[in-house]
Amino acid sequence: MFNQFDFDVIERSWHYLFFTGMAFTLQLTVLAMTGGIVLGTLLAMARLSSFRVLSMVAGAYVNLMRGIPLILVIFWFYFLVPYIGQWLTGADQPVRVGAFASCLTTFILFEACYYCEIMRAGIQSISRGQVSAGYALGLNYWQCMGNVVLPQAFRNMAPLLLTQTIVLFQDVSLVYVLSMPDFLGAASKVAQRDGRLVEMYLFVALVYFVMSYTLSGLVKRLESRIAIIR
Amino acid sequence: MSYKWNWSIFWADNPEGSGTFFTTLLSGLWWTLATAVCAWTIALLLGTVVGVCRTTPKPWLVRLGNAYVELFRNIPLLVQMFLWFFVLPELLPMSWGDALKQMPHAPFFTAVVCLAFFTSVRIAEQLKAGIQSLPRGQTMAGKAMGLTLPATYRYVLLPQAFRIILPPLTSEFLNIIKNTSVALTVGLMELTARTRAMQEFTFQVFEAFAAATLIYLLVNLLVVQGMRRLERRLAVPGLIASRTAGGH
Repeated sequence: MFNQFDFDVIERSWHYLFFTGMAFTLQLTVLAMTGGIVLGTLLAMARLSSFRVLSMVAGAYVNLMRGIPLILVIFWFYFLVPYIGQWLTGADQPVRVGAFASCLTTFILFEACYYCEIMRAGIQSISRGQVSAGYALGLNYWQCMGNVVLPQAFRNMAPLLLTQTIVLFQDVSLVYVLSMPDFLGAASKVAQRDGRLVEMYLFVALVYFVMSYTLSGLVKRLESRIAIIR
Repeated sequence: MSYKWNWSIFWADNPEGSGTFFTTLLSGLWWTLATAVCAWTIALLLGTVVGVCRTTPKPWLVRLGNAYVELFRNIPLLVQMFLWFFVLPELLPMSWGDALKQMPHAPFFTAVVCLAFFTSVRIAEQLKAGIQSLPRGQTMAGKAMGLTLPATYRYVLLPQAFRIILPPLTSEFLNIIKNTSVALTVGLMELTARTRAMQEFTFQVFEAFAAATLIYLLVNLLVVQGMRRLERRLAVPGLIASRTAGGH
């Protein structure tokens, strides 16, 4: 059944696929994960803040982002980021922003909302007594968060944060709609150039499957290793 | 150069000559909802079957269910969409493949099938968790009363499990509505695709995107309200802890 197909196309293009495509995907994933977790944690702290306005603003932002499709968010920021740049720098022209920077902004701001919900649950899983003990020792809010609450919250939520990162890794493929050379985008360019859609897309699916499957296996192992026996 | 706002653009005639840009967006919304609802129906059926398989005492059924879940969970939705749209017709016998390619509304059917399989996995996961959260005594009681295994599922386990997982099912339904936007890559003219077309034609980027965002949020709100009603109607007093207000 496969004899009419030409799987050589993979051998001919694997260097481009992995060193341009997969490198782009992984770079975007790692940077967006880092930024997303930092921003998400701050958002979670804002949502749990006793300062009403702050928690309402953070909540509205998170619910807004979670209510619309990622593709729409990608388009939004693709057009919006130049104007934000203009506004921030006070330039009289919309700032020219590279495609990578625009995608990175999008993914950090979008994934932060999902990381925020995870971190919120993580912070809430720490018993009140720990916070009270921190304050009783004379720590201020930031010291208490940084030294008592967040380290434990991260530990409890590490498997969920990593699972969300696997979702992010798969979501990065959506930058295809801006014709970026991520792994899928690169494969699709080769596929269209050589007229080898079937071979290419099957190969892409296989690579994604193997990587996601391995990663989620590792997360499961980590989960059982770091589980705290209470 | 600053951006020129023009909110009255929605009442201007669209290039297809089928009304205004507002009706363009509405027809996009119609396709989004039609795709989501059709895919959801199939996903619910498939997800129930797979979810049940994974909780049965038969090891080979459990393994089959697990393999199904891993397959559809570890491939990005967009790649799955391409597999259904570009790859499947080539792998089928010639005449079938050609029939598929010439089918009217091919993007719509592709999107429905793709989203159905993708979402069924998530439903199966939820349902499995729901069934496993029931006390073991429920299955045993069913057996003790002489019910067969299918009857135990039908009359004892599933009615309870579905009530438990109604809130996560709501968010899965919201997800499937959002995920229909991925089908714009295979040419389905759903809401996001229409918005994009409108933006390309009029250059009124932010008006178009703001309108689409509002429509998505409105749909979300309606779905959440509807599901809350359903939850209240289906609630069995004393079975589930009464719903607490607010929260997710």
